[in-house]
Amino acid sequence: MNTTVQTTCPYCGVGCGISAKIDEAHHHLKISGDATHPANFGRLCSKGSALGETVELKGRLLQPKVYGCETSWTEALDLVADSFINTIQKYGADAVAIYGSGQLLTEDYYVANKLMKGFIGSGNMDTNSRLCMSSSVAGHKRAFGSDTVPGCYEDLELAEMIVLIGSNAAWCHPVSFQRIRAAKESNPKLKIVVIDPRRTVSCDIADLHLPLASGSDAALFNGLLHFLSGQGVLDQAYIKAHTEGFELALNAACIDIEQVADTCRLDKDDLHRFYEWFAGHEKVVSLYSQGINQSSSGTDKVNAIINCHLATGRIGKPGCGPFSLTGQPNAMGGREVGGLSHQLAAHMDFSSTDDIERVARFWGSDNIARKSGYPAVELFDAIYEGKVKAVWIMGTNPVVSLPNADKVKQALQRCEFVAVSDCIADTDTTVLAHVLLPAQGWSEKDGTVTNSERRISRQRALFKPAGGAKPDWWIITQVARRMGFEQAFHYQSPVEIFREHARLSGFENNGSRDFDISAFADIAGQDYERLQPIQWPVNQAYPKGRARLFDDGRFFTESGKAKFIAVTPRPPVNPPDQDYPLILNTGRLRDQWHTMTRTAIAAKLNQHKPEPFVEVHPDDARRYGLVTNSLASIESRWGTMLARVQVTDSQLPGSLFVPMHWTEQYAGRGRMGALVNAIVDPISNQPESKHTPVRIKTYQPAWQGFILSRRELGIDAPDYWVKIKGEQVYRYELAGMTLSENWQDWAKNNLCDNDGAAPQWQEYQDPGRGNYRAARIVNNQLESVVFIAAESALPERNWLAGLFEKTELEKTERKALLTGKPPVGQADVGTIVCACFNVGEKTILAAIREQGLKTHQEIGRCLKAGTNCGSCVPEIKALL
Amino acid sequence: MKQRLVVIGNGMAGMRTVEELLTAAPDKYDITVFGAEPYGNYNRIMLSSVLCGEKTIEDIVINNRQWYIDNGITLHAGEGKAAVYIDRKHKEVYAQDGTVAGYERLLIATGSKAVMPEVPGSDLDGVISFRDIFDVNKMLDYSRSHKKAVVLGGGLLGLEAANGLVLRGMDVTVIHNHEILLNRQMDRPAAKMLQTELEQRGLKFKMAAKLTQLTGDQNNHITAVSFSDGRQLECDLFVAAIGVRPNMELARKAGIYCERGIVVNDTLQSYDPSIYAVGECIQHRGDTFGLVAPLFEQAKVCANHLSAHGAAEYVALPTATKLKVTGINLFSVGDFQGDESCQSICFTDPALGVYKKLVIKANKLAGAVLYGDTADGGWYQQLLEQREDISGIRDALIFGKAYAE
Repeated sequence: MNTTVQTTCPYCGVGCGISAKIDEAHHHLKISGDATHPANFGRLCSKGSALGETVELKGRLLQPKVYGCETSWTEALDLVADSFINTIQKYGADAVAIYGSGQLLTEDYYVANKLMKGFIGSGNMDTNSRLCMSSSVAGHKRAFGSDTVPGCYEDLELAEMIVLIGSNAAWCHPVSFQRIRAAKESNPKLKIVVIDPRRTVSCDIADLHLPLASGSDAALFNGLLHFLSGQGVLDQAYIKAHTEGFELALNAACIDIEQVADTCRLDKDDLHRFYEWFAGHEKVVSLYSQGINQSSSGTDKVNAIINCHLATGRIGKPGCGPFSLTGQPNAMGGREVGGLSHQLAAHMDFSSTDDIERVARFWGSDNIARKSGYPAVELFDAIYEGKVKAVWIMGTNPVVSLPNADKVKQALQRCEFVAVSDCIADTDTTVLAHVLLPAQGWSEKDGTVTNSERRISRQRALFKPAGGAKPDWWIITQVARRMGFEQAFHYQSPVEIFREHARLSGFENNGSRDFDISAFADIAGQDYERLQPIQWPVNQAYPKGRARLFDDGRFFTESGKAKFIAVTPRPPVNPPDQDYPLILNTGRLRDQWHTMTRTAIAAKLNQHKPEPFVEVHPDDARRYGLVTNSLASIESRWGTMLARVQVTDSQLPGSLFVPMHWTEQYAGRGRMGALVNAIVDPISNQPESKHTPVRIKTYQPAWQGFILSRRELGIDAPDYWVKIKGEQVYRYELAGMTLSENWQDWAKNNLCDNDGAAPQWQEYQDPGRGNYRAARIVNNQLESVVFIAAESALPERNWLAGLFEKTELEKTERKALLTGKPPVGQADVGTIVCACFNVGEKTILAAIREQGLKTHQEIGRCLKAGTNCGSCVPEIKALL
Repeated sequence: MKQRLVVIGNGMAGMRTVEELLTAAPDKYDITVFGAEPYGNYNRIMLSSVLCGEKTIEDIVINNRQWYIDNGITLHAGEGKAAVYIDRKHKEVYAQDGTVAGYERLLIATGSKAVMPEVPGSDLDGVISFRDIFDVNKMLDYSRSHKKAVVLGGGLLGLEAANGLVLRGMDVTVIHNHEILLNRQMDRPAAKMLQTELEQRGLKFKMAAKLTQLTGDQNNHITAVSFSDGRQLECDLFVAAIGVRPNMELARKAGIYCERGIVVNDTLQSYDPSIYAVGECIQHRGDTFGLVAPLFEQAKVCANHLSAHGAAEYVALPTATKLKVTGINLFSVGDFQGDESCQSICFTDPALGVYKKLVIKANKLAGAVLYGDTADGGWYQQLLEQREDISGIRDALIFGKAYAE
């Protein structure tokens, strides 16, 4: 029987509600947006829509493993506990660490944090949220005395002006972007400004794009504060009544528009237009994301933005406020439980002895940590240096995502004890683990997450756990008990943890802390089961939650007033120089999530951008001899990567963009983390992932090629390779520095196995041109195909890939096979533009041409393209 | 007053020239034709089809006797009508029976003779060639009364003869002096595929074989074939198909300059300006001819000159090969082996019985072998003849015109 369950998407911080129709018998899900969820009202992006394709059991970690061998839970848990106990006994509590993730549920996070900080007695619990929003946390804390996102998504519809700063929301927070797009369509007067060095697809709906110089945001917002002051549009009464430090901040911001234009390398008129619009619109929402946060001055940038809102009193009111878009599904939940190494729990941290005592009292611990632990980058340095000797990594992939990632890899290789909890068997991090603990995946987990607007939603189990997979909270609890903390970790279910978390949030709070969900302190199991999305605080005063904070002008500083921060803009730490003259920017793509461990399982998500690529401005492309679709090697002082060149004027001259997603599981040399400088913000400790000096040069392989195969293959990895899962087909993009002496043997070695069937080979050889092509056909069904070329162009892969979905090759298809092109007269759909409905570029162009379509809506009606998640609409418009 | 044209040889080359001439200058000549065979003009290359029963002799006649009457041509064909003497001084041609015809212009199109093996016994009864309707009829007779046939020669003609005899119910072995069949038209992979396919059809092969002797019975009829390896094969019918030699005796006796064939210039004129020659009897720029396509081209050029238009020149072009065995598609043209200065492109789909090889020299197509899929043979030949630069379409070339354009 099919049942439908409401749950929450496990990807970005928008936190969309999902309605999952479960077909237990076939382990199949039909995913749709939950029309009642206030984050998305039924909308979903391409990634969320494809969740049903990511729940397969292939590739899952299903049994505990110790040193590569499957074992029992008992043995694995004993080993983790013993290793931690022994390390602590020998070297002290600070020699162990937990590195968690914004993918963990709040309940998981809570017990992990409680174990490390409350009972092991070390602050060494940090999380990958350090990489994405710790600057926002620090900025909030400095300005508001608390880590509070003041507003809510509804403000997007109520605003008169929305400023997107360092955010490609169209790809990274697609459903929020759709809300903005819809708001703009229903209110054309809504001004939208995008501030980003890149002209991203988010500029599609912008009235103005300011392509500022990388890292110059603080000067831009200082200039805005100065301008607002000069225009007399400041809310003096608000400043006086509810803030402190205004004069110092204004003095520090004394920079005129010419200077800003110069510093930010912007057109003065454009800048002036933005400043005037900001001055002229009361309801302004400043949405910011990693472009602000991932910076050595990220915290200052956050405060420079908040300063402008405080100075105009545009905070806590409908339709306005600074608004941090969080990256992960439960980045906020992690902050609530104290998942960052300087935090303790429930929005209390190590800066206050009272907080420490209070939490110790609540937890009944006499061994609570009293100081911050290592933040992420420092943590892995400490592992590298042998200061931390045992680490437990949960649901994250630091070998890919941290800066100077090759060093992180070495750190884990050197580490005496590495335990990893994950739902995926092979990641760049799990391969380095001594103990692997199979965690439940999204479709099996049960608990809560909090999205960007402070909304707590339930993630509910859809399937029974796969194999031996266990909830993270259970795994942590089991280890905690083995370490002697039975009393404090007696949990039997997530609701028990949630209640304790809620009780702690209200414990001796009395309105002193923003995070308060004490209304849930005694929530009944069935109420937890049925819990509907709700925005914290949820307490006696706000039993139904609270959409906006600070509407009363009261903040959580000691004085109760918000604090202006005097910001002195600082450029990124490592400027480009003669050897490394370009700036490397990194970021997300539309259809991939983080290190691709789950999204790359869904074939349709791999079609939009199948390979690691680097975006290069045409001027730089000319200077370095790069052309679109050629390969380039990008080098920094820390590492190198290979990527496919995309020449585009959406990039500023002198800067490159690479996606953050590729790992060694899917590409030979595509890990951008290896290049990124391990520079951090001194306050937030967030890495400067958006700015690393690099150089680029052409990478000229002796040959390039690809393999398409029905079976996943173990390829003799050449210099460059990328694996792309498609519908019924694995695609391997390849390039090498040495030509094979005998491609025939090479192909047979790579493509054949003893599958028993009698394969038929079709081959094409033009050794004079270094061309080799072959197809392997079994029972008249295409099994694999390989194309190798030394100088010739390779055909597009779409048509060939599509043949794998057919049960039988037609005669004409077999004849055309090694041309790589459809039999004459049959259409090639081209690169997939709409991932939701699998509509290709050539199909769209043909429809435009033949049917005279003029708008993306017409195309949507005709081909369905762009009508689901809508994130390809900018590309469709570009085709128009 | 019309001039007189005499044509010696009622075969394909001579009659194609006459046809071309009738189109170009219908009233220029009184035409007299001498033919050794008692038929009108027939399509010799279709004899294989007659042998294997796909066509009748009527089907392959190009011009029956009525056509000669209709076009005012005097035909001397049949027994006693073979031309035996050319009196160049008086410009007259004599037939065996004394028939004589005078000419202002003479066209020699005496064709070729089958080469017979130079081994003892090649004059036995039951030892024939495969050149004309007479030979076909003989083979058909044998197939009704005898069992064992040996075909000497794994070339086009030999394979067509062998295939026909198999279809007529005989047990046929093809003897070839080379390791691969059609070694002048096919490379090894294609030839191997062909051999396999023919074996499936019941043909037997003895490759790289050296014939030493043909043995006969007391009636002087062949009974066995012997080889240098000491083996023997029983044999009731022996068909020699090891090539042809230009039939130039008549010309040579008339004092016309001959080497391996009647030597002609680019306008198909012999050393006697009033005497032209076309077809398998000629030698042009060192080459002799055995396939039909160049004959037709020669006919066109020759007719152009006989009609006094006088502009055309004969250029020998690479000739494509086709085997007339139903269901077997093979094609080759040009230099399909190539040398060190050449590159080759190869496509194989053994399960479908497809093999293609193109030889490229200096960005031009130099040769092609196609087996199993010959649809684009004509296009390759065109590319080859026109010496087109193929570098722009090279990657799609082997997949055919549809993909390359």
